[in-house]
Amino acid sequence: MAAPATGGAAQGRGAPSFQRKVPAGSSRLAAIAGTRPAARHGQLLLSSGLPSLDCVLGGGLAVGTLLLIEEDKYGVYSNLLFKYFLAEGVVCGHDLFVASAKELPTNILKELPAPLLDDNYRNELGEATAVKSEDFQDFMKIAWRYQNLPKVEVSPTSSARFGHYYDVSKTMSSELLQSIKCHSFFLPEELSLQPTIKMCNMNCGYARLLQSIQKIIYQEGFDGSHPQKKQKNVLRIGIQSLGAMLWGDDICSTDNPEDTHSLTKFLYVLRGLLRKSLSACIITVPAHLIQNKAIMERVTNLSDVVVGLESFIGSERETNPLYKDYHGLIHVHQIPRLNSLICDVSDTKDLAFRLKRKLFTIERLHLPPDLSDTVSRSSKQDLAESAKLLSSGCGAMAIGKKHLDF
Amino acid sequence: MFAELNELLNASPQRPEQGKFTLLRDTRTDGSFLVHHFLSFYLRAGCKVCFVALLQSFSHYNIVAQKLGVSLTAAKERGQLVFLEGLASCLDMLFGEEEEEQAGQPRPLRFISESTSDLRALFDFVRTSLAPAAGDAWPGRVLLLDDLGVLLSLGASPVAVLDFIHYCRVAVCSRLQGNVVVLAHGGEDSEDEENELVVTSLCHHSDLILWAEGLATGFCKDVHGQLKIIRRASLQPGGERDVLQTYQYKIQDKNVTFFARGLSAAVL
Repeated sequence: MAAPATGGAAQGRGAPSFQRKVPAGSSRLAAIAGTRPAARHGQLLLSSGLPSLDCVLGGGLAVGTLLLIEEDKYGVYSNLLFKYFLAEGVVCGHDLFVASAKELPTNILKELPAPLLDDNYRNELGEATAVKSEDFQDFMKIAWRYQNLPKVEVSPTSSARFGHYYDVSKTMSSELLQSIKCHSFFLPEELSLQPTIKMCNMNCGYARLLQSIQKIIYQEGFDGSHPQKKQKNVLRIGIQSLGAMLWGDDICSTDNPEDTHSLTKFLYVLRGLLRKSLSACIITVPAHLIQNKAIMERVTNLSDVVVGLESFIGSERETNPLYKDYHGLIHVHQIPRLNSLICDVSDTKDLAFRLKRKLFTIERLHLPPDLSDTVSRSSKQDLAESAKLLSSGCGAMAIGKKHLDF
Repeated sequence: MFAELNELLNASPQRPEQGKFTLLRDTRTDGSFLVHHFLSFYLRAGCKVCFVALLQSFSHYNIVAQKLGVSLTAAKERGQLVFLEGLASCLDMLFGEEEEEQAGQPRPLRFISESTSDLRALFDFVRTSLAPAAGDAWPGRVLLLDDLGVLLSLGASPVAVLDFIHYCRVAVCSRLQGNVVVLAHGGEDSEDEENELVVTSLCHHSDLILWAEGLATGFCKDVHGQLKIIRRASLQPGGERDVLQTYQYKIQDKNVTFFARGLSAAVL
C-alpha cells in the first residue's frame, strides 16, 4: 500500500503504479530502414533481395559481412542475384556502390528488376494457396495417420516487410533510383584516370577498388567517423565477376598464376573495411574458371557467406526428368558464426532454385514421383548421382566424405 | 571454457600445463569453438595471453567470451590480454596517416605490404608483448593464434610461417615456460598444398592435437562433428605410442557437450 502511493506520487498523475514509464528517446540506436536485428545475437541483418535466400542464410545477411556467390557457368543466375541485392538496396533506401570491370555500373543500375507491389503479389500467392488448401481439406483415406501432421512448407516462409519481391520482366523506374546515392567503379575508366598505384604488391585493379571503397566509407561516414552527420545508413557494395580476366588477374586462365595472393589479400582488406563500417558486400566470382582450387579454398575461408550456383543450362541435367521443375541447384558452402558459437542454419541442405514467371525462388529439392511401369528407374545412374548430391550437400555444419549407401 | 572438454583433456584452470604446443585442426567444419575454449581457459587460469586474432574482430571474441564467463575488455584493461586485431592493424597500415609511420608505431603485419616475406615483425610483437615485465601478476604465458591459413593467404611463404612458429615455440615454450595454441584449417583431401605442408609439419611438433572433423556421413542436427584428441606421448622420453581418443560433440549456445561416438543424447 505504501508502494502504490509513492508510485502514484512520483508520477504525479492518476496512472497506475505498475505502468512502466518509457523514457523519452527510448531507442538508443535509431532503426535503419531495411534492417532488423537477428534473433540470436542481436546483429543487424539486411535482406539479400530474395526472401527465400534470407531464410537459407538464417534470417538475412549480417551487416559487416561478405556474401560470395560462385557463379554458374554462364553467369545468368548469379547476375540475377547480384541485381536483386542492389534492387533491395534501392527499395530500402540504402546507398549503393557498384563495381564492375565489364559493364558500366550505370547500365547495371538501369536493368534492376522492378519491385512487386504488395497487392499484386498477394493476389498471385492467394490463387496458388487457395488451390492447395482445397486439396488438403480432403479427408485422407489411406494415409490417415498423417492427417494431423503439419503441412510441409516447400518454400521457406518469410515476412514480406523485411524482404521484397521483384518482377524480373520489368525494370525499375528511374524515379526510385534518383532518390538513392549510387557510387560506381568501372575499372577501365579508373585505370585511365590516374597513374597506377602500388599497394601491398596487389593487382592494380584490386588496389584501386580498395582505395575507392575506403574513400567512400570514410567520406560518407559509414564507419562512424562523422557522427554529427545525417541519419545512419547502410552501404551496399556489389562487385561483379571478381577474379575474372578483365580485372587483370590471371587466376581464371592458367593453373599456375603469376600472383596467387592478390585476390586473397583483397578479400582480407575488404573484410577489415566491412567489419568496421555499416556495410555489406556481395561479390560474384567465376569459380568454375579458377583452376587452382587452393585459391578457392582460401577465398572461402576469407569470406563469410559462400553460396554456389549450379545451373542446368547446357548440362545433361536440363533434360533429365528428375530435375524438370528446377533451373539449377544451390550449394551453401559456408555460413558464418558471428558473435556466437552456433549459427542459424536451416536443416534443408538440398536446395534448388527456379525462375518461375516473374519470381526467383529457392526450394528444397524434391525428386518427382516415379510413375513408370518398371520397378526401377530408367535413369538409374542419374538417380545415384542425385542421391550422392543429396547426402553430400551439407553446407555449414559438416561435409561428408563419401556417399554411404543406406 | 567448456567443462567437459577440460575433463577430457584432464586440464584444470588451477594448474595449467607449461611449455606445451597445442595444435587445433579442423577439417570440413569450423573449429573456432576450440579457440574460444582455450582463450577463456587461460584467462581464467591467470596467464598472460597474447592473442593474434587475424580472422575476426575483437567484438566477436568478446561477445562469445562473455557467454563463457570471461570479459575480454576487462582482461585487456588490467593488462592480462594483449590483443592484436589483424583486420584493424592491416587497415591502419594501408590507409593510415603518414604521421603514424614516423612515430614508430609497431606494424606487426608489415609482411603484407613489403616484399620481404618473413614474419619477423609479427614475432617481435609477440615477444615484446609476452616479455616478463616488472610487477607482473600473471605467472603463465600463452600465445594464441587464429588462424594460420590467413598468413599463407596474405603472401607469407610456408617456410616463413614455419620459421615464425619455430621462433615462437622457442621464445614462449622453452624460455618462458608458456604455452602456444595455434588453429589451422585443412583436410586430407584439400588442394591447398602449402597449407597441408604447414599443418603436417606442425602436427609432428605439437604436444597435443585437437582435430575437429565433420562427420563422414554428412550433416546431422544433433551431432555437429567429431573431435580427435591426440596426445603425443612419442615426443616424451620413453618412446610410447601416441594416445588417440575420439569423441563427438554438439555445439550449443554457451557450451559444447562431448560424448562417446554414437551415444549422443538424441539417440539414447
